[in-house]
Amino acid sequence: MIDKIASFGRSGADLVISIGRAGRFLAGVLSGVPRPKTGFPLLMKQLYSVGVLSLAIIVVSGLFIGMVLGLQGYTILSDFGSEAAIGQMIALTLVRELGPVVTALLFAGRAGSALTAEIGLMKATEQLSSMEMMGVDPLRRVIAPRLWAGFIAMPILAIIFSMVGIWGGMLVGVEWLGVFEGSYWGNMQASVDFWDDVVNGIIKSVVFGFVCAWIAVYQGYDCVPTSAGISSATTKTVVYSSLAVLGLDFVLTAVMFGNF
Amino acid sequence: MGLDSYITLKDVVFSRSERRVFNGVSVEIPRGKITAIMGPSGSGKTTLLRLVGGQLRPDSGSIVVDGQSIGELRRKELYKFREKMGMLFQSGALFTDLSVYENVAFPMRVHTKLPEDMINDIVLMKLEAVGLRGARNLMPSELSGGMNRRVALARSIALDPELIMYDEPFAGQDPIGMGVLVKLIRDLNSSMGLTSVLVSHDVQESLSICHYACIIADGKVIGAGSPAELQNHPSEQVQQFLNGHPDGPVPFHYPSSAAAEDFGLAGGVS
Repeated sequence: MIDKIASFGRSGADLVISIGRAGRFLAGVLSGVPRPKTGFPLLMKQLYSVGVLSLAIIVVSGLFIGMVLGLQGYTILSDFGSEAAIGQMIALTLVRELGPVVTALLFAGRAGSALTAEIGLMKATEQLSSMEMMGVDPLRRVIAPRLWAGFIAMPILAIIFSMVGIWGGMLVGVEWLGVFEGSYWGNMQASVDFWDDVVNGIIKSVVFGFVCAWIAVYQGYDCVPTSAGISSATTKTVVYSSLAVLGLDFVLTAVMFGNF
Repeated sequence: MGLDSYITLKDVVFSRSERRVFNGVSVEIPRGKITAIMGPSGSGKTTLLRLVGGQLRPDSGSIVVDGQSIGELRRKELYKFREKMGMLFQSGALFTDLSVYENVAFPMRVHTKLPEDMINDIVLMKLEAVGLRGARNLMPSELSGGMNRRVALARSIALDPELIMYDEPFAGQDPIGMGVLVKLIRDLNSSMGLTSVLVSHDVQESLSICHYACIIADGKVIGAGSPAELQNHPSEQVQQFLNGHPDGPVPFHYPSSAAAEDFGLAGGVS
């Protein structure tokens, strides 16, 4: 019994230590003024690899999710004779929830895991150590551009996801199932509020982008530099990011839309 | 030692997760000479280099490099101070996304504002020194292990450091590669007046080029002196290490319970 309590306490202490280390790591990455001349090309390179290269999976997923929403929405709403509200339903679902959340989950799987594996391998092959010994801080040179790239790319990807989803919903609802196009767009325009829905959705994706990128770079930097260590860190990135996104989504939704 | 010391370690104690790696190690590394730090695998040789480079901090004791106590430097000062150190890692540690040329140019691009044509000249000179000027457009994945280490060596001398630390430079090298590295280490030391620290367990190669050597085992220095002095060192442990005897003060058998007990003979089995 005592052993169980001790082990529970030890896990709790380990968790707190780990959060503290991640916090110190973040402070180290964000401290210091970035130098535009050297920092900008590094940031652009990372934006390309975490943002542009994630576009395909985001666009395809957004399209299918929008199409599924169109089908499901039509089936349910037509029972009540209100299939004209399908545009409103798809837009609100995507902009408020699915856009930021699914983009973040896909981002964690596609870009987050790649960031962790890349940084972990750089650590295992002593590239980070050699950079330190050359008087170059890897937190600034390697980690910071990747963190900022994730932070910047995620809201843009989420916006693209929602736009493609709305278009996919229209393909199914309007082109296939015959909902009047004017009511699809008109209801959407009348019910989606820029500040309450669109901006809140973007705020969510900014928060998710920051958390996913932070978890990914920290797991890579802190991993045990062996093949097993990198594999475990990559898994942790996907699991922790997904859980953090879903948990934070509930909290943010309660704060943003919970004023009943 | 009576020589001008470039690095002085005094009573350094260092532990890594419960395990005591160094228990009061004191070493003096003379300026402008090649010093070999030798010892069995796992004796903390690489850790010693990382302590000198400030990547690790000792639990107690002092580490002074060129008159500067490493422990007293702030993070930013430490990064500045490292510009006068070069380190050759065991794996080479080249940046895999950059070509050979860009790897060697990297420290200059980060730390200096030299014009591009001057960087080009220096990169070619450094690559010429290690015999790989012709390989400048290759990527690290296209190089053999020995070439990889030579490029890393060119990169570590790009900023003309005062100190260069070699971490197991001979490990996994074929005889030709080893010969090339021995020649390079010796030539660089004499032509650039570098202070060189060589961590290795390749006894013959290390003793053939070093001016001074130091053997570490069990968390302390067990022998130090010139190669000739070490060959005649009275300590049995030093002699076992230098001559590669399988049994001696470092036992062949891992500590275990009595053999009779393990084989089920204890208590008189019929």
